[in-house]
Amino acid sequence: MNGDVACAEGAISAGCRFFAGYPITPATEVAERMAERLPEVSGIYIQMEDELASMNAILGASWGGVKAMTATSGPGFSLMMENLGLGVMLETPCVLTNIQRAGPSTGIPTLAGQGDMMQARWGSHGCYGIIALSPSSPQEIYHLTIKAFNLSEKYRIPVLIMADEIVGHMSEKVVIPPPEEIVLFPRRKPNVMPEEYLPFVPDADLVPPMANAGEGYRFHVTGLTHDERGYPVMNAEAQDKLIRRLVQKIETNREDIIEIEEDGVDGADVVVCSYGISARVSEFAVERARQEGIKVGMLKLITVWPFPEETIRKIAQRVKAFIVPEINYGQIALEVERCAGVAADTVLVPHMGGGVHHPESIMDAIRKAVR
Amino acid sequence: MSQASLEQGHYMDAYLRQDRMPHIWCPGCGLGSILHCFLSGLLKSGLSLDKVVVVSGIGCTGRVAGYVKLDSFHTTHGRAIPFATGLKLAKPELKVVVFSGDGDLIAIGGNHFIHAARRNIDMTVICVNNFNYGMTGGQLGPTTPLTARTTTSPYGNTEQPFNVPYLAAASGAVYVARWTSMHVRRLERTITEALLKRGFSLVEVISPCPPVYGRMNRQPTGLDQMRYYRENSIIRHGADPKDVDIDLNGKIIVGKFIDVERPTFSDLQEEMLQKTFGPEIPTSDTPPQEATVAGAAPK
Repeated sequence: MNGDVACAEGAISAGCRFFAGYPITPATEVAERMAERLPEVSGIYIQMEDELASMNAILGASWGGVKAMTATSGPGFSLMMENLGLGVMLETPCVLTNIQRAGPSTGIPTLAGQGDMMQARWGSHGCYGIIALSPSSPQEIYHLTIKAFNLSEKYRIPVLIMADEIVGHMSEKVVIPPPEEIVLFPRRKPNVMPEEYLPFVPDADLVPPMANAGEGYRFHVTGLTHDERGYPVMNAEAQDKLIRRLVQKIETNREDIIEIEEDGVDGADVVVCSYGISARVSEFAVERARQEGIKVGMLKLITVWPFPEETIRKIAQRVKAFIVPEINYGQIALEVERCAGVAADTVLVPHMGGGVHHPESIMDAIRKAVR
Repeated sequence: MSQASLEQGHYMDAYLRQDRMPHIWCPGCGLGSILHCFLSGLLKSGLSLDKVVVVSGIGCTGRVAGYVKLDSFHTTHGRAIPFATGLKLAKPELKVVVFSGDGDLIAIGGNHFIHAARRNIDMTVICVNNFNYGMTGGQLGPTTPLTARTTTSPYGNTEQPFNVPYLAAASGAVYVARWTSMHVRRLERTITEALLKRGFSLVEVISPCPPVYGRMNRQPTGLDQMRYYRENSIIRHGADPKDVDIDLNGKIIVGKFIDVERPTFSDLQEEMLQKTFGPEIPTSDTPPQEATVAGAAPK
């Protein structure tokens, strides 16, 4: 199956029973698969009037106690930014898949890009923490979709799956494990009486338990800056307390959230750091460079946000340079550069979109870096 | 009011968040009496209050969600309806009420409004129409009458306004009514009826905004605006919605305009599912609740 279909199947395996979406190349197949599959498992598929509505509908569904997701690509992702912010502010578990295409604007709808990586981090206005995962194959998008639902419930946050057109449209074998092998994280429920329930009193890990609508808690939540009761409070102190927690609930749990794959990093002179489809091309280039006798490591980012800062800092002490191939003019490379500092060089290998790197361009960068 | 009667409280106190009072609404605003009509209409409906959810957008009316002692969501500007759509479809046992203003529902949220009506999503929308954007200081809105003055139409509005009941009816709403905030008894009865109506119901409430819209259009007090409603409202049940336009300081046709039956989104989906899968397949109205554990989940 292709990556879009695998994403939908991952969602079904994760217990997702609500999908709201709007057709957009190259993410439409996620919606099509969900429209076919959800009725079979008593779920709801609804095609909304636009991506603003889609994002809101999944937030509403999540507060109804049902796991919910949407899928889109660049132009729709831009529209979803408004209510991604609402999801962050209301601490609403849900999953948003972006099958990235080349942008800006309408760009090249049918061909790949990785230009939305910084938008994933900062796209909604204001300051907040976020989680984004990047798959590089249909099998991986299946697993990461389940992981995304688990992280979204665990940390009460919208989780982004930042795939790309090639991963979305490539067909490969996908193994779907039996349900008993799939570990799901259940929603944190309040353990106090309804009259004592305050919607935003966090547990020790800074994440508050969540009552669903219609369970008798009679809570109020708002996109305005609010206190632990969920009531609006318009002052700098309340803003400070809330925003620090929204950022810190991700920051202090980095170790639990971050997943990366290292290959041959120990003893390497240079390390290629990449993600998504670019990581697969990079792996090929690394293999070839090793055949030329170059000591080169591979660092594949599966979690892109929060960014694995510590890992980069540590590796930077031991290598000459990081090579960062990505299908944009330098986004994640900026993060690598920030963490590597002066300890190691950061070499961006950009591709403007509409295809993938030629492995030779990555090998060239590796050769130059070790010279 | 004497000190003693203040201490006794108000019979609506149990349904309001007392710890949020005083509210933000201006003297002469219609929202207080509209909220009272909503709550008394809701109590008379017999619906379980644990299953009634209020969803609001942004603006003065959007603050209703924060004052009612129900599950309530104060969402983003214009997006109350799609949020409510997701909530209702995910948990069909809920009665979902969208309470918002004309700018929120008909301008920035206009697309969602017509599509929810077209789909006949089972929800009640209460649209409080004060002919302008009150919270931001009185700007031109989608319902501002022609020639009316606002801060962004200082020489008079040159845009044709929406006729909200006509828009709702044309989009497929199964219940459409309009009152002003002066018609408290009729509004209360209409709200009960709308809440019990299956499908997309719309109640438009014309409401004063004396400090901005009123002041700029020669009705500077709440009393002036109430007097205008009393002298110019015409009750005409069953009126054709296309004939209920409101001109500046002109007649206001009020009453119940539309009350028809049409299958909801969920009705049609259930019918299609039964046709496809046979009767043994669970209906779309019963999505399984995910497994939950008592207490906070372990790290």
